[in-house]
Amino acid sequence: MRNGTLTSSFAGTSLTCVRGERVVFTGLDFSLNAGDALILLGPNGSGKSSLLRLMAGLIRPAAGELSWNGEAVAADRERHAGRIHYVGHHDAIKPVLTVIENLAFWARLHGAESDDKTDAALERLGLDHLAGTPGKLLSAGQKRRLNLARLLAAPAPLWLLDEPSVALDRASVRVLEEIIAEHRAGGGMVAVSTHADIDLPGGRELQMADYAVTATWNAELGTWL
Amino acid sequence: MALGATFAGVIRRELRLALRQGSDSIMVVTFFVLTVVLFPFGIGPEVNILERVSAGILWVTALLASMLSLDRLFQTDYDDGSLELLTLTPTAMEIVVVAKIAAHWLTTGLPLIVAAPLLAVLLHMDGAGFVTLLLAMLLGTPSLSLIGSIGAALVLGARRGGVLLSLLILPLYIPVLIFGVGAVDAAIHGFSPDAHLMVLGALLLVALPLCPWAASAAVRQAIE
Repeated sequence: MRNGTLTSSFAGTSLTCVRGERVVFTGLDFSLNAGDALILLGPNGSGKSSLLRLMAGLIRPAAGELSWNGEAVAADRERHAGRIHYVGHHDAIKPVLTVIENLAFWARLHGAESDDKTDAALERLGLDHLAGTPGKLLSAGQKRRLNLARLLAAPAPLWLLDEPSVALDRASVRVLEEIIAEHRAGGGMVAVSTHADIDLPGGRELQMADYAVTATWNAELGTWL
Repeated sequence: MALGATFAGVIRRELRLALRQGSDSIMVVTFFVLTVVLFPFGIGPEVNILERVSAGILWVTALLASMLSLDRLFQTDYDDGSLELLTLTPTAMEIVVVAKIAAHWLTTGLPLIVAAPLLAVLLHMDGAGFVTLLLAMLLGTPSLSLIGSIGAALVLGARRGGVLLSLLILPLYIPVLIFGVGAVDAAIHGFSPDAHLMVLGALLLVALPLCPWAASAAVRQAIE
């Protein structure tokens, strides 16, 4: 594992997220230490994705702060980007590039210097026989596996996975669970939003409903109702 | 090191995409050629008239052609989620944007420069203007890609982005147009085009740091 991973910690204090006119969650605290897993639970629209995007630095919190080893994340966005892998709803796969080209591009962007890891990542996710296949010929599950292969192709201590098991078959979910377990054993951290079909032993659960805001701001009265 | 690797990596990817899809560059050049060819039909084949308007026709058409492919600069990456990941790279977002703009120029601006002299012959442009036309386009078309990137980033997520893009960007193209045409006209009439070329160079130097910075900010905004 990379230098510093073993002692790293990632935390958020009193985070508030506003999307459009709506307060998605407020007063949310979390902390992740090396080897930890955070499982975000909640119904659709409860802010799981927003929290992960916030952790990734794609959106800025309306209030509160994210910190890495005690240092504010907002101070150096690029540095934070180098520490994370974000897997969102879109698989970011170019239809005209081959599987290996798609993966190698993202791996190099994240500082991978050799292609050994990309090959190993493809093999791990059962895509090695498709290395030369263009992205447009992949099934939804294969695309998702290719997206997940980024996690292994370049090391990063924090993985942010937004519903990573969507479109995956049972066997692939098992592989994903193993990969996450190995990552955590090596001192990595992971935050996963899921509908509880991924088994993460010892993972802490975060119920998004606990931080929901039921009141809405009434501009006419100037108060929360 | 990481900076250069990111820059080269993004350019290589963009060129590979352009080559495999192919249609974009060909479409831009075909549009350029076809539109220029329309003018002799519309204006009439009189040599002296065509000669006088040739620089203007070439530049205006080049502006429109360059704009034609701009909406693809960020839109496809935005749609498939790549743009999110591109903003999450350990190097500055601006480097990624500059690389994308450079690739856009290589796949659209450069082919226009190659086609321009042939079309200049068709429009009976005076031979004295050819070298200046090439120089002016070499200095001017990168500015078009740079300025256009701001518009391309601003219209992300908007409906009918293509029309909006032209409304945003065409007014900003006017300085490049004025000095691009001015340089060629000066050369044709036996004056030195240096002043015009220097202004084109200055525009490029101003656009080079400012446009990627503004476009990156707009991309971040679109992704939020």
